[in-house]
Amino acid sequence: MQRRTFLTALGAFATATTLAACGGSTQSGSSGASSAVGLRTVDEIKSAGTIIIGVFSDKSPFGYVDSSGDYAGYDIEYGNRIAQDLGVEVKYVPVEAASRVEFLQTGKVDLILANFTVTPERAEKVDFANPYMKVSLGVVAKQDLAITKVEDLADKKVIVVKGTTAETYFEDNHPEVKLQKYDQYTEATNALADGRGDAWATDNTEALAWAPNNPGFTVGITSLGAVDTIAGAVRKGNTTLLEWLNEELVELGNEQFFHAAYDKTLRLVYGDAVPADELVVEGGVVA
Amino acid sequence: MPSDLELIFQGSNLGRLLGGLWVSVWIALVSMGASVVLGLPFGVVMTSKNRLVKLLCRCYLEFVRIMPQLVLLFLVFFDLTKVAGLNLSGEFAAVVVFTIWGTAEMGDLVRGSITSIPRHQFETARALGMSPAQVQRHVILPLAVRQLLPQTVNLTTRMIKTTSLVVLIGVVEVLKVAQQIIDANRFQYPSAALWIYGVVFFLYFIVCFPISWLSRRLEARWQIS
Repeated sequence: MQRRTFLTALGAFATATTLAACGGSTQSGSSGASSAVGLRTVDEIKSAGTIIIGVFSDKSPFGYVDSSGDYAGYDIEYGNRIAQDLGVEVKYVPVEAASRVEFLQTGKVDLILANFTVTPERAEKVDFANPYMKVSLGVVAKQDLAITKVEDLADKKVIVVKGTTAETYFEDNHPEVKLQKYDQYTEATNALADGRGDAWATDNTEALAWAPNNPGFTVGITSLGAVDTIAGAVRKGNTTLLEWLNEELVELGNEQFFHAAYDKTLRLVYGDAVPADELVVEGGVVA
Repeated sequence: MPSDLELIFQGSNLGRLLGGLWVSVWIALVSMGASVVLGLPFGVVMTSKNRLVKLLCRCYLEFVRIMPQLVLLFLVFFDLTKVAGLNLSGEFAAVVVFTIWGTAEMGDLVRGSITSIPRHQFETARALGMSPAQVQRHVILPLAVRQLLPQTVNLTTRMIKTTSLVVLIGVVEVLKVAQQIIDANRFQYPSAALWIYGVVFFLYFIVCFPISWLSRRLEARWQIS
Protein backbone atom coordinates (compact mmCIF):
# COMPACT_ATOMS: atom_id res chain seq x y z
CA MET A 1 0.00 0.00 0.00
CA GLN A 2 2.91 2.33 0.74
CA ARG A 3 4.07 2.53 -2.83
CA ARG A 4 0.61 3.37 -4.09
CA THR A 5 0.29 6.13 -1.51
CA PHE A 6 3.67 7.51 -2.45
CA LEU A 7 2.81 7.57 -6.15
CA THR A 8 -0.50 9.24 -5.39
CA ALA A 9 1.23 11.89 -3.32
CA LEU A 10 3.88 12.49 -5.95
CA GLY A 11 1.33 12.83 -8.72
CA ALA A 12 -0.90 15.07 -6.65
CA PHE A 13 2.07 17.29 -5.83
CA ALA A 14 3.10 17.62 -9.48
CA THR A 15 -0.49 18.41 -10.43
CA ALA A 16 -0.93 20.94 -7.68
CA THR A 17 2.28 22.82 -8.46
CA THR A 18 1.64 23.01 -12.19
CA LEU A 19 -1.95 24.11 -11.62
CA ALA A 20 -0.79 26.71 -9.15
CA ALA A 21 1.84 27.99 -11.56
CA CYS A 22 -0.65 28.27 -14.43
CA GLY A 23 -3.45 29.62 -12.28
CA GLY A 24 -1.23 32.35 -10.94
CA SER A 25 -0.10 33.51 -14.31
CA THR A 26 -3.57 33.43 -15.88
CA GLN A 27 -4.70 36.36 -13.78
CA SER A 28 -1.76 38.43 -14.86
CA GLY A 29 -2.79 38.88 -18.49
CA SER A 30 -4.79 41.98 -17.74
CA SER A 31 -2.49 43.68 -15.26
CA GLY A 32 -1.16 46.51 -17.38
CA ALA A 33 0.98 48.77 -15.27
CA SER A 34 3.73 46.57 -13.94
CA SER A 35 6.67 47.53 -11.78
CA ALA A 36 10.02 48.27 -13.34
CA VAL A 37 11.42 44.76 -12.98
CA GLY A 38 14.17 44.23 -15.50
CA LEU A 39 14.29 47.81 -16.79
CA ARG A 40 17.90 48.68 -17.54
CA THR A 41 19.14 52.26 -17.62
CA VAL A 42 21.91 53.41 -19.94
CA ASP A 43 24.45 53.11 -17.11
CA GLU A 44 23.31 49.59 -16.29
CA ILE A 45 23.59 48.56 -19.94
CA LYS A 46 27.08 50.07 -20.11
CA SER A 47 28.28 48.28 -17.00
CA ALA A 48 26.71 45.01 -18.15
CA GLY A 49 28.64 45.41 -21.41
CA THR A 50 25.81 44.16 -23.66
CA ILE A 51 22.66 45.71 -25.08
CA ILE A 52 19.86 43.34 -26.02
CA ILE A 53 17.93 44.41 -29.10
CA GLY A 54 14.82 42.73 -30.50
CA VAL A 55 14.82 42.62 -34.31
CA PHE A 56 13.10 40.80 -37.15
CA SER A 57 15.04 37.84 -38.45
CA ASP A 58 13.03 37.27 -41.63
CA LYS A 59 12.04 40.67 -42.99
CA SER A 60 14.61 41.39 -45.65
CA PRO A 61 15.91 44.04 -46.27
CA PHE A 62 15.09 45.55 -42.83
CA GLY A 63 16.12 42.74 -40.51
CA TYR A 64 17.22 39.30 -41.67
CA VAL A 65 19.88 36.66 -41.19
CA ASP A 66 22.39 36.22 -44.01
CA SER A 67 23.79 32.90 -45.15
CA SER A 68 26.67 33.06 -42.67
CA GLY A 69 24.11 33.25 -39.88
CA ASP A 70 24.75 36.94 -39.10
CA TYR A 71 22.03 39.55 -38.65
CA ALA A 72 21.87 42.14 -41.43
CA GLY A 73 19.62 44.87 -42.81
CA TYR A 74 18.64 48.50 -42.34
CA ASP A 75 17.46 48.05 -38.72
CA ILE A 76 20.63 46.10 -37.90
CA GLU A 77 22.90 48.86 -39.25
CA TYR A 78 21.23 51.17 -36.73
CA GLY A 79 21.48 48.59 -33.92
CA ASN A 80 25.19 47.98 -34.55
CA ARG A 81 25.85 51.72 -34.45
CA ILE A 82 23.95 52.13 -31.17
CA ALA A 83 26.03 49.39 -29.57
CA GLN A 84 29.23 50.88 -30.95
CA ASP A 85 28.45 54.36 -29.58
CA LEU A 86 27.41 52.95 -26.20
CA GLY A 87 30.67 51.02 -26.18
CA VAL A 88 28.98 47.68 -25.60
CA GLU A 89 28.45 44.38 -27.39
CA VAL A 90 25.11 43.79 -29.08
CA LYS A 91 22.91 40.74 -28.68
CA TYR A 92 20.05 40.38 -31.15
CA VAL A 93 16.90 38.52 -30.18
CA PRO A 94 14.56 37.48 -33.00
CA VAL A 95 11.01 38.77 -32.42
CA GLU A 96 7.73 38.37 -34.29
CA ALA A 97 5.37 41.24 -35.06
CA ALA A 98 2.87 39.90 -32.52
CA SER A 99 5.28 39.62 -29.60
CA ARG A 100 7.27 42.87 -29.91
CA VAL A 101 5.43 44.72 -27.13
CA GLU A 102 5.65 41.74 -24.75
CA PHE A 103 9.41 41.45 -25.14
CA LEU A 104 9.79 45.08 -24.07
CA GLN A 105 7.26 44.97 -21.24
CA THR A 106 8.99 42.00 -19.63
CA GLY A 107 12.44 43.56 -19.97
CA LYS A 108 13.66 40.64 -22.08
CA VAL A 109 15.06 43.17 -24.54
CA ASP A 110 16.26 46.75 -23.92
CA LEU A 111 15.23 48.07 -27.29
CA ILE A 112 13.07 47.03 -30.24
CA LEU A 113 14.28 47.86 -33.74
CA ALA A 114 11.88 45.66 -35.67
CA ASN A 115 10.42 48.02 -38.26
CA PHE A 116 8.07 49.18 -35.51
CA THR A 117 5.45 51.61 -36.87
CA VAL A 118 4.48 54.29 -34.36
CA THR A 119 0.76 54.17 -33.50
CA PRO A 120 -1.18 55.78 -30.61
CA GLU A 121 -2.24 52.33 -29.27
CA ARG A 122 1.35 51.11 -29.14
CA ALA A 123 2.55 54.37 -27.60
CA GLU A 124 0.38 53.58 -24.56
CA LYS A 125 2.36 50.43 -23.92
CA VAL A 126 5.92 51.35 -24.93
CA ASP A 127 7.95 54.55 -25.29
CA PHE A 128 8.94 55.39 -28.85
CA ALA A 129 12.17 57.24 -29.60
CA ASN A 130 12.24 59.71 -32.49
CA PRO A 131 11.82 58.05 -35.90
CA TYR A 132 14.51 56.80 -38.26
CA MET A 133 12.27 55.88 -41.18
CA LYS A 134 8.89 56.73 -42.65
CA VAL A 135 6.36 54.86 -44.75
CA SER A 136 3.25 55.89 -46.62
CA LEU A 137 1.25 54.45 -49.50
CA GLY A 138 2.69 53.85 -52.94
CA VAL A 139 1.05 53.05 -56.27
CA VAL A 140 2.50 50.59 -58.78
CA ALA A 141 1.17 50.96 -62.31
CA LYS A 142 1.89 49.83 -65.84
CA GLN A 143 4.71 51.94 -67.18
CA ASP A 144 2.80 53.10 -70.29
CA LEU A 145 -0.08 54.58 -68.25
CA ALA A 146 2.35 57.24 -66.99
CA ILE A 147 0.63 57.66 -63.62
CA THR A 148 2.40 60.18 -61.42
CA LYS A 149 -0.31 61.67 -59.20
CA VAL A 150 -3.51 60.47 -57.59
CA GLU A 151 -5.69 62.43 -60.08
CA ASP A 152 -4.38 60.19 -62.87
CA LEU A 153 -6.19 57.27 -61.22
CA ALA A 154 -9.66 58.81 -61.67
CA ASP A 155 -11.13 56.29 -64.13
CA LYS A 156 -8.61 53.49 -63.58
CA LYS A 157 -9.15 50.14 -61.88
CA VAL A 158 -7.02 50.20 -58.74
CA ILE A 159 -6.16 46.99 -56.90
CA VAL A 160 -6.03 46.95 -53.09
CA VAL A 161 -5.70 44.24 -50.48
CA LYS A 162 -8.63 44.12 -48.04
CA GLY A 163 -7.99 45.51 -44.58
CA THR A 164 -4.94 47.54 -45.55
CA THR A 165 -4.45 51.27 -45.10
CA ALA A 166 -4.60 51.59 -48.90
CA GLU A 167 -8.23 50.42 -48.94
CA THR A 168 -9.29 52.87 -46.22
CA TYR A 169 -7.37 55.73 -47.79
CA PHE A 170 -9.07 55.47 -51.18
CA GLU A 171 -12.54 54.85 -49.75
CA ASP A 172 -12.29 57.90 -47.49
CA ASN A 173 -10.46 60.34 -49.76
CA HIS A 174 -10.97 59.28 -53.36
CA PRO A 175 -14.37 57.61 -53.80
CA GLU A 176 -14.14 58.32 -57.56
CA VAL A 177 -11.44 55.66 -57.94
CA LYS A 178 -12.74 52.18 -58.85
CA LEU A 179 -11.30 49.66 -56.36
CA GLN A 180 -10.69 45.98 -56.99
CA LYS A 181 -10.30 44.19 -53.67
CA TYR A 182 -8.38 40.99 -53.01
CA ASP A 183 -7.75 38.96 -49.86
CA GLN A 184 -4.07 38.23 -50.31
CA TYR A 185 -0.97 39.94 -51.58
CA THR A 186 -0.28 37.19 -54.12
CA GLU A 187 -3.78 37.55 -55.59
CA ALA A 188 -3.28 41.30 -55.87
CA THR A 189 0.08 41.02 -57.63
CA ASN A 190 -1.27 38.35 -59.98
CA ALA A 191 -4.23 40.56 -60.87
CA LEU A 192 -1.89 43.44 -61.62
CA ALA A 193 0.49 41.29 -63.65
CA ASP A 194 -2.24 39.77 -65.86
CA GLY A 195 -3.95 43.12 -66.48
CA ARG A 196 -7.20 42.74 -64.50
CA GLY A 197 -6.34 46.03 -62.83
CA ASP A 198 -4.39 49.10 -63.96
CA ALA A 199 -2.59 49.92 -60.73
CA TRP A 200 -1.93 48.52 -57.26
CA ALA A 201 -1.97 50.66 -54.10
CA THR A 202 -0.05 49.32 -51.09
CA ASP A 203 2.66 50.29 -48.58
CA ASN A 204 5.35 52.15 -50.51
CA THR A 205 8.10 49.85 -49.20
CA GLU A 206 6.15 46.90 -50.65
CA ALA A 207 5.56 48.70 -53.95
CA LEU A 208 9.19 49.76 -54.26
CA ALA A 209 10.44 46.23 -53.71
CA TRP A 210 7.98 44.65 -56.15
CA ALA A 211 8.25 46.92 -59.19
CA PRO A 212 11.98 46.50 -60.03
CA ASN A 213 11.51 42.72 -60.30
CA ASN A 214 8.56 43.05 -62.67
CA PRO A 215 9.41 44.60 -66.05
CA GLY A 216 6.79 46.91 -67.50
CA PHE A 217 5.71 48.20 -64.10
CA THR A 218 6.85 51.22 -62.19
CA VAL A 219 6.06 52.92 -58.90
CA GLY A 220 4.21 55.94 -60.32
CA ILE A 221 3.41 57.46 -56.94
CA THR A 222 6.01 56.85 -54.24
CA SER A 223 4.27 58.53 -51.29
CA LEU A 224 0.58 59.07 -50.81
CA GLY A 225 -1.68 59.61 -47.84
CA ALA A 226 -0.64 59.95 -44.22
CA VAL A 227 2.99 59.36 -43.35
CA ASP A 228 3.64 56.74 -40.69
CA THR A 229 6.94 56.77 -38.90
CA ILE A 230 9.10 53.88 -37.81
CA ALA A 231 11.08 54.23 -34.60
CA GLY A 232 12.99 52.37 -31.97
CA ALA A 233 10.98 51.55 -28.85
CA VAL A 234 12.03 51.11 -25.23
CA ARG A 235 10.18 49.89 -22.20
CA LYS A 236 7.72 52.43 -20.79
CA GLY A 237 9.53 54.62 -18.29
CA ASN A 238 13.07 53.92 -19.49
CA THR A 239 13.78 57.65 -19.87
CA THR A 240 17.58 57.46 -19.74
CA LEU A 241 17.73 55.13 -22.73
CA LEU A 242 15.04 57.12 -24.56
CA GLU A 243 16.92 60.39 -24.11
CA TRP A 244 20.21 58.80 -25.10
CA LEU A 245 18.61 57.45 -28.30
CA ASN A 246 17.15 60.83 -29.24
CA GLU A 247 20.49 62.61 -28.71
CA GLU A 248 22.21 59.89 -30.70
CA LEU A 249 19.77 60.42 -33.59
CA VAL A 250 20.71 64.11 -33.78
CA GLU A 251 24.40 63.23 -33.98
CA LEU A 252 23.76 60.54 -36.58
CA GLY A 253 21.77 63.09 -38.57
CA ASN A 254 24.82 65.35 -38.78
CA GLU A 255 26.74 62.66 -40.58
CA GLN A 256 23.74 61.50 -42.66
CA PHE A 257 24.07 58.04 -41.13
CA PHE A 258 20.74 56.68 -42.37
CA HIS A 259 21.47 57.66 -45.95
CA ALA A 260 24.59 55.54 -45.72
CA ALA A 261 22.60 52.70 -44.15
CA TYR A 262 20.04 53.06 -46.96
CA ASP A 263 22.77 52.79 -49.60
CA LYS A 264 24.18 49.71 -47.93
CA THR A 265 20.90 47.80 -47.51
CA LEU A 266 17.73 49.16 -49.08
CA ARG A 267 19.16 50.53 -52.34
CA LEU A 268 20.12 47.01 -53.40
CA VAL A 269 16.42 46.17 -53.40
CA TYR A 270 14.75 49.43 -54.42
CA GLY A 271 17.24 50.45 -57.06
CA ASP A 272 18.09 54.00 -58.00
CA ALA A 273 14.58 54.98 -59.12
CA VAL A 274 13.65 55.94 -55.57
CA PRO A 275 15.15 58.91 -53.78
CA ALA A 276 16.35 57.81 -50.33
CA ASP A 277 14.53 60.79 -48.82
CA GLU A 278 11.18 59.07 -49.53
CA LEU A 279 11.98 56.56 -46.75
CA VAL A 280 14.85 57.80 -44.65
CA VAL A 281 14.45 60.12 -41.66
CA GLU A 282 17.60 61.91 -40.43
CA GLY A 283 18.06 63.47 -37.00
CA GLY A 284 14.79 62.03 -35.72
CA VAL A 285 12.76 64.73 -37.45
CA VAL A 286 10.39 64.06 -40.35
CA ALA A 287 11.06 66.76 -42.95
CA MET B 1 14.47 25.23 -60.98
CA PRO B 2 16.81 22.82 -59.20
CA SER B 3 19.41 25.60 -59.01
CA ASP B 4 17.45 26.94 -56.04
CA LEU B 5 18.49 23.86 -54.11
CA GLU B 6 22.09 25.11 -54.13
CA LEU B 7 20.94 27.73 -51.62
CA ILE B 8 21.04 24.99 -48.98
CA PHE B 9 24.78 24.62 -49.39
CA GLN B 10 25.55 28.35 -49.47
CA GLY B 11 27.44 29.78 -46.51
CA SER B 12 26.51 27.99 -43.31
CA ASN B 13 22.88 27.43 -44.31
CA LEU B 14 22.91 23.65 -43.97
CA GLY B 15 24.65 23.84 -40.61
CA ARG B 16 22.10 26.40 -39.43
CA LEU B 17 19.21 24.16 -40.50
CA LEU B 18 20.71 21.20 -38.65
CA GLY B 19 21.35 23.43 -35.62
CA GLY B 20 17.69 24.46 -35.73
CA LEU B 21 16.65 20.82 -35.98
CA TRP B 22 18.73 20.04 -32.90
CA VAL B 23 16.91 22.80 -30.97
CA SER B 24 13.53 21.28 -31.94
CA VAL B 25 14.58 17.74 -31.09
CA TRP B 26 16.29 18.73 -27.84
CA ILE B 27 13.22 20.59 -26.54
CA ALA B 28 10.90 17.74 -27.56
CA LEU B 29 13.00 14.92 -26.13
CA VAL B 30 13.83 16.61 -22.82
CA SER B 31 10.14 17.51 -22.38
CA MET B 32 9.07 14.02 -23.36
CA GLY B 33 11.51 12.45 -20.88
CA ALA B 34 10.15 14.62 -18.08
CA SER B 35 6.57 13.93 -19.22
CA VAL B 36 7.09 10.17 -19.00
CA VAL B 37 8.63 10.43 -15.52
CA LEU B 38 5.81 12.68 -14.25
CA GLY B 39 3.04 11.21 -16.40
CA LEU B 40 3.36 7.62 -15.12
CA PRO B 41 2.59 8.48 -11.48
CA PHE B 42 0.02 11.05 -12.62
CA GLY B 43 -1.76 8.35 -14.61
CA VAL B 44 -1.83 6.07 -11.56
CA VAL B 45 -3.29 8.94 -9.53
CA MET B 46 -5.94 9.47 -12.20
CA THR B 47 -7.26 5.95 -11.62
CA SER B 48 -8.00 6.90 -8.00
CA LYS B 49 -11.53 6.33 -6.70
CA ASN B 50 -11.37 9.52 -4.60
CA ARG B 51 -13.75 12.03 -6.17
CA LEU B 52 -11.74 15.12 -5.18
CA VAL B 53 -8.53 13.65 -6.62
CA LYS B 54 -10.41 12.70 -9.80
CA LEU B 55 -11.84 16.19 -10.10
CA LEU B 56 -8.43 17.86 -9.68
CA CYS B 57 -6.84 15.55 -12.27
CA ARG B 58 -9.69 16.21 -14.66
CA CYS B 59 -9.34 19.99 -14.22
CA TYR B 60 -5.61 19.85 -14.95
CA LEU B 61 -6.07 17.66 -18.03
CA GLU B 62 -8.91 19.74 -19.46
CA PHE B 63 -7.11 23.00 -18.73
CA VAL B 64 -4.05 21.87 -20.68
CA ARG B 65 -6.11 20.40 -23.52
CA ILE B 66 -8.32 23.45 -23.97
CA MET B 67 -5.52 25.99 -23.65
CA PRO B 68 -3.58 26.29 -26.93
CA GLN B 69 0.12 25.54 -26.44
CA LEU B 70 0.93 28.99 -27.77
CA VAL B 71 -1.02 30.62 -24.94
CA LEU B 72 0.79 28.42 -22.41
CA LEU B 73 4.12 29.49 -23.92
CA PHE B 74 3.20 33.16 -23.56
CA LEU B 75 1.99 32.60 -19.99
CA VAL B 76 5.21 30.93 -18.88
CA PHE B 77 7.64 33.07 -20.86
CA PHE B 78 6.12 36.55 -20.49
CA ASP B 79 3.57 36.53 -17.68
CA LEU B 80 5.73 34.64 -15.22
CA THR B 81 8.28 37.43 -15.64
CA LYS B 82 5.67 40.16 -15.20
CA VAL B 83 4.05 38.65 -12.13
CA ALA B 84 6.75 36.71 -10.34
CA GLY B 85 9.82 38.40 -11.81
CA LEU B 86 10.95 34.95 -12.90
CA ASN B 87 12.95 35.42 -16.09
CA LEU B 88 13.16 32.04 -17.84
CA SER B 89 15.13 31.58 -21.04
CA GLY B 90 13.06 30.76 -24.12
CA GLU B 91 14.32 27.19 -24.26
CA PHE B 92 13.61 26.53 -20.60
CA ALA B 93 10.13 28.07 -20.83
CA ALA B 94 9.46 25.82 -23.82
CA VAL B 95 10.55 22.72 -21.90
CA VAL B 96 8.32 23.72 -18.96
CA VAL B 97 5.28 24.19 -21.21
CA PHE B 98 5.80 21.01 -23.19
CA THR B 99 6.30 19.09 -19.94
CA ILE B 100 3.04 20.48 -18.49
CA TRP B 101 1.28 19.45 -21.69
CA GLY B 102 3.08 16.10 -22.03
CA THR B 103 2.46 15.11 -18.40
CA ALA B 104 -1.28 15.66 -18.82
CA GLU B 105 -1.46 13.72 -22.08
CA MET B 106 0.86 10.99 -20.81
CA GLY B 107 -1.19 10.65 -17.60
CA ASP B 108 -4.36 10.20 -19.59
CA LEU B 109 -2.70 7.55 -21.75
CA VAL B 110 -1.48 5.70 -18.62
CA ARG B 111 -4.95 5.94 -17.07
CA GLY B 112 -6.47 4.53 -20.25
CA SER B 113 -4.03 1.62 -20.38
CA ILE B 114 -4.51 0.73 -16.72
CA THR B 115 -8.30 0.79 -16.83
CA SER B 116 -8.31 -1.30 -19.98
CA ILE B 117 -6.46 -4.13 -18.21
CA PRO B 118 -9.00 -6.90 -17.47
CA ARG B 119 -10.13 -7.11 -13.85
CA HIS B 120 -9.05 -10.70 -13.50
CA GLN B 121 -5.42 -9.66 -13.74
CA PHE B 122 -5.76 -7.72 -10.48
CA GLU B 123 -7.74 -10.47 -8.84
CA THR B 124 -5.39 -13.29 -9.85
CA ALA B 125 -2.35 -11.39 -8.65
CA ARG B 126 -4.07 -10.58 -5.34
CA ALA B 127 -5.10 -14.22 -4.95
CA LEU B 128 -1.44 -15.19 -5.34
CA GLY B 129 -0.71 -13.09 -2.25
CA MET B 130 0.77 -9.95 -3.83
CA SER B 131 0.24 -6.65 -2.06
CA PRO B 132 -1.61 -3.95 -4.07
CA ALA B 133 1.70 -2.15 -4.60
CA GLN B 134 3.31 -5.34 -5.88
CA VAL B 135 0.37 -5.84 -8.22
CA GLN B 136 0.94 -2.37 -9.64
CA ARG B 137 4.67 -2.83 -9.99
CA HIS B 138 4.85 -6.39 -11.33
CA VAL B 139 1.57 -6.91 -13.16
CA ILE B 140 -0.32 -3.77 -14.05
CA LEU B 141 2.49 -1.42 -15.11
CA PRO B 142 4.29 -3.98 -17.33
CA LEU B 143 1.00 -4.75 -19.07
CA ALA B 144 0.14 -1.08 -19.35
CA VAL B 145 3.55 -0.11 -20.73
CA ARG B 146 3.14 -2.40 -23.73
CA GLN B 147 -0.11 -0.74 -24.64
CA LEU B 148 1.38 2.66 -23.95
CA LEU B 149 4.31 2.46 -26.32
CA PRO B 150 2.61 3.29 -29.65
CA GLN B 151 0.68 6.16 -28.10
CA THR B 152 3.78 7.55 -26.42
CA VAL B 153 5.64 7.51 -29.71
CA ASN B 154 2.72 9.29 -31.29
CA LEU B 155 2.88 11.95 -28.58
CA THR B 156 6.65 12.33 -29.08
CA THR B 157 6.35 12.98 -32.81
CA ARG B 158 3.47 15.40 -32.14
CA MET B 159 5.71 17.21 -29.68
CA ILE B 160 8.59 17.46 -32.16
CA LYS B 161 6.25 19.05 -34.69
CA THR B 162 4.67 21.41 -32.16
CA THR B 163 8.10 22.85 -31.27
CA SER B 164 7.68 25.11 -34.31
CA LEU B 165 5.64 27.40 -32.01
CA VAL B 166 8.63 28.29 -29.81
CA VAL B 167 9.79 30.86 -32.34
CA LEU B 168 7.17 33.22 -30.88
CA ILE B 169 9.14 33.34 -27.65
CA GLY B 170 12.38 34.03 -29.49
CA VAL B 171 13.77 30.50 -29.86
CA VAL B 172 15.02 29.85 -33.38
CA GLU B 173 14.25 26.29 -34.44
CA VAL B 174 14.42 24.50 -37.78
CA LEU B 175 11.31 26.03 -39.36
CA LYS B 176 12.38 29.57 -38.43
CA VAL B 177 15.85 29.01 -39.88
CA ALA B 178 14.13 27.88 -43.08
CA GLN B 179 12.02 31.06 -43.17
CA GLN B 180 15.10 33.17 -42.52
CA ILE B 181 16.93 31.54 -45.43
CA ILE B 182 13.95 31.94 -47.76
CA ASP B 183 13.45 35.58 -46.81
CA ALA B 184 17.11 36.59 -46.96
CA ASN B 185 17.23 35.31 -50.55
CA ARG B 186 13.77 36.21 -51.80
CA PHE B 187 15.10 38.59 -54.43
CA GLN B 188 17.85 36.36 -55.87
CA TYR B 189 15.98 33.04 -55.45
CA PRO B 190 12.26 33.84 -55.59
CA SER B 191 11.14 30.20 -55.82
CA ALA B 192 13.48 28.81 -53.17
CA ALA B 193 10.61 28.35 -50.68
CA LEU B 194 9.51 25.05 -52.20
CA TRP B 195 13.01 23.58 -52.00
CA ILE B 196 13.83 24.81 -48.53
CA TYR B 197 10.49 23.60 -47.14
CA GLY B 198 11.15 20.29 -48.91
CA VAL B 199 14.42 19.97 -47.03
CA VAL B 200 12.65 20.81 -43.74
CA PHE B 201 10.05 18.12 -44.49
CA PHE B 202 12.88 15.66 -45.04
CA LEU B 203 14.61 16.69 -41.79
CA TYR B 204 11.41 16.19 -39.75
CA PHE B 205 10.98 12.85 -41.48
CA ILE B 206 14.47 11.55 -40.67
CA VAL B 207 13.89 12.42 -37.02
CA CYS B 208 10.36 11.05 -36.65
CA PHE B 209 10.67 7.95 -38.81
CA PRO B 210 13.35 6.11 -36.75
CA ILE B 211 11.30 6.72 -33.62
CA SER B 212 8.21 5.18 -35.21
CA TRP B 213 10.28 2.33 -36.62
CA LEU B 214 11.83 1.52 -33.24
CA SER B 215 8.42 1.48 -31.60
CA ARG B 216 7.07 -0.95 -34.21
CA ARG B 217 10.05 -3.24 -33.62
CA LEU B 218 9.51 -3.18 -29.85
CA GLU B 219 5.79 -3.72 -30.24
CA ALA B 220 6.38 -6.82 -32.35
CA ARG B 221 8.93 -8.12 -29.88
CA TRP B 222 6.71 -7.59 -26.85
CA GLN B 223 3.68 -9.15 -28.48
CA ILE B 224 2.08 -11.60 -26.09
CA SER B 225 1.79 -14.77 -28.08
